[in-house]
Amino acid sequence: MSDRVSVSKTYKMYVNGAFPRSESGRTFVLNDVEGNFLANVAHGSRKDIRDAVVAARGATNKWKSATAYNRGQVLYRVAEILESRHDEFVSLLQLTDGVSAKRAANEVSKSIDLTVWYAGWTDKIAQVVGGTNPVAGPFFNFSIPAPCGVVGIITPTVNSLSGFIATVLPALASGNTVVVVPGSHEAIPVAVTLGEVAATSDVPAGVINIVTGTASELAPILASHEDVDGLDLAGAGESRLELGRLASATITRVVDSDLRDLHDLKRLRAFIDTVTVWHTIGQ
Amino acid sequence: MSDLTPLSSLSSLEYAPAPESRAVVTVQDAYGHFINGDFTNPASSEQFATINPATGEHLATVAQGSDADVDAAVAAARKAYEKVWSTLPGSERAKYLFRIARLIQERSRELAVLETLDNGKPIRETRDIDVPMAAAWFFYYAGWADKLDYAGFGPQPAALGVAGQVIPWNFPLLMAAWKIAPALAAGNTVVLKPAETTPLTALLLADIIRQAGVPDGVVNIVTGDGRTGAALVNHPGINKVAFTGSTEVGRIIQSAVAGSGKKLTLELGGKGANIVFADAPIDETIEGIIDGIFFNQGHVCCAGSRLLVQESIHDDVIERLLRRVEQLRVGDPLDKNTDVGAINSAAQLAKIAELTEAGVLEGATRFSSSCALPSAGFFFPPTVFTGVEQTHRIAREEIFGPVLSVLTFRTPEEAVAKANNTTFGLAAGIWSEKGSRTLWMAERLRAGVIWANTYNKFDPTSPFGGVRESGFGREGGRHGLEAYLNV
Repeated sequence: MSDRVSVSKTYKMYVNGAFPRSESGRTFVLNDVEGNFLANVAHGSRKDIRDAVVAARGATNKWKSATAYNRGQVLYRVAEILESRHDEFVSLLQLTDGVSAKRAANEVSKSIDLTVWYAGWTDKIAQVVGGTNPVAGPFFNFSIPAPCGVVGIITPTVNSLSGFIATVLPALASGNTVVVVPGSHEAIPVAVTLGEVAATSDVPAGVINIVTGTASELAPILASHEDVDGLDLAGAGESRLELGRLASATITRVVDSDLRDLHDLKRLRAFIDTVTVWHTIGQ
Repeated sequence: MSDLTPLSSLSSLEYAPAPESRAVVTVQDAYGHFINGDFTNPASSEQFATINPATGEHLATVAQGSDADVDAAVAAARKAYEKVWSTLPGSERAKYLFRIARLIQERSRELAVLETLDNGKPIRETRDIDVPMAAAWFFYYAGWADKLDYAGFGPQPAALGVAGQVIPWNFPLLMAAWKIAPALAAGNTVVLKPAETTPLTALLLADIIRQAGVPDGVVNIVTGDGRTGAALVNHPGINKVAFTGSTEVGRIIQSAVAGSGKKLTLELGGKGANIVFADAPIDETIEGIIDGIFFNQGHVCCAGSRLLVQESIHDDVIERLLRRVEQLRVGDPLDKNTDVGAINSAAQLAKIAELTEAGVLEGATRFSSSCALPSAGFFFPPTVFTGVEQTHRIAREEIFGPVLSVLTFRTPEEAVAKANNTTFGLAAGIWSEKGSRTLWMAERLRAGVIWANTYNKFDPTSPFGGVRESGFGREGGRHGLEAYLNV
């Protein structure tokens, strides 16, 4: 009896809650760390980035107007689904990141706990970065954090799972929607699989969009897009300078620091606009 | 004064009974204490009954916690604190708390029915408020367990140790959640004593805590009456006392822990002023007044039990209010259409009746709903007193029942003076379309919680607690962590 022929996964993008191929029809071959064929990956284009931004913009109201409690539960649900696919990610990381089973397992566990950490932030961030301001006058003055809107993210080129979680979750936890471009070809399989996690975790369609392709080609398109409000360039490497200049045309908020600490309050604060309300006090 | 006869266009309409099924919950004949991860044998303790206050039906017997039981629970909590809980990273504690939140959600219908059976409150409230909010409380504090460094109390704030917690009968499960969730998130272990008339949902919560795999001894539940509570708060092995209940008992507890070094928070009684200005949105205001005093049969420490109405709209408000009171459906708490359920105990019913008599004797005008009351169980008709003076007992004492006292005022200053003319200071409501005056009032009212154009709103992110003789310390929000941290 011969070995069973397994069913191979088609690696597609994740946009607006669906898994489309690139509108360009382009693909490229992705091999695993040992050089074996893994997939023909969708090679995203300018149009794909534009579609993803439209989807992300369309989802902003639903996501930011959901209660913080509800957003926390949805992100916690992501952690639940990640946990149930723990072993799958361990296998995948061995193929794509070339790490040992032990290190992969540690990476997956760490990433799940990090997701839980961010899930708990949704209804606490306002209490930590917002507050009342004792202005000298008969006014009640308070500042509340509001999400910027659509955040474009170039994920780190290494540690494809924790790198994705540590850049995408803070933007989501603060109420933004995201367009994600995996920072390297090796980071794509994990990113696509995380799209499947999102699709089954009550994350509303359009809140997370993942465009696969070549980061050096897609990042400038994302950075110069007028409807992108924030950029995390964690995986952009030496092109940060160029991308930062492109972002400046529309005063897009940019985080261009490396991902050092996974528990990064800086990234949680990065895509928040503080809104301050003055209200008179008097009879 | 307008005609107080209510005009009810709905009085001829009848609802078919819509009872929630009891089949979802199994009540044991007898319960022991939950100590060190296991239920004790009920037969090892003196026992007493808990009943369904809506029918008088015997539900179960529970154990009367002795000094030895409290000793065992405190010892289990201490051991769990030292050997397990204090050694876990916050992220691990968080995951246990998230599990509890999810299990409460999964078993929400069971909890809601059991709470209604044991407490007498309407299923609509247990289903829509008590149980979902209990889950939300665990969910919110779960998220703090791994973020204590960001809570504003300095780096690495330490837990206190073992917390002794005594909770009341008006929100049995919810109060257990308010107490246990922040305590565990901050890294403490607990011994909780539920009220003697409503122990069952706390014991079901113990089962949930077991399902969640929480390490043995982290949560211990000892049932019993005031003697058990006294043994717990006086126990030298605890580091923290948290009490929700009457101001009278709060005084005894504060005296008992004085000089002991135990951290103390007290959430006590109230006589909330619900203040209605002439420019208030009238329909929302009437609903808010109703919710403020008749929610949970008025068994709410922050109830809006004193209605202060601006004189110019008094008659209109009263007319609309009484018409609405007539429409409240009083009866079977398991019926999904019931607005006002059973009074929790015979003792509480007697107290409400006595104070209501005093209101009449002191000269206030009583209006009670003409609704038919069930023949069995403990029920009291929704009642409104007009012409109440500040000196009347019904304006000064906490009735803790469905009885509203109405007073009037002319100016904002007078409203503030009358609202503050109490030894309590838990909550107040302000109804007005003028935000600047609402905030002006809020600066002057002596109350820990102030609702504007709403009433009786609670949320795990929002600090709750009183000033003056309504107690001190806050539950909920970032502030709620402070009660369980050595800061």
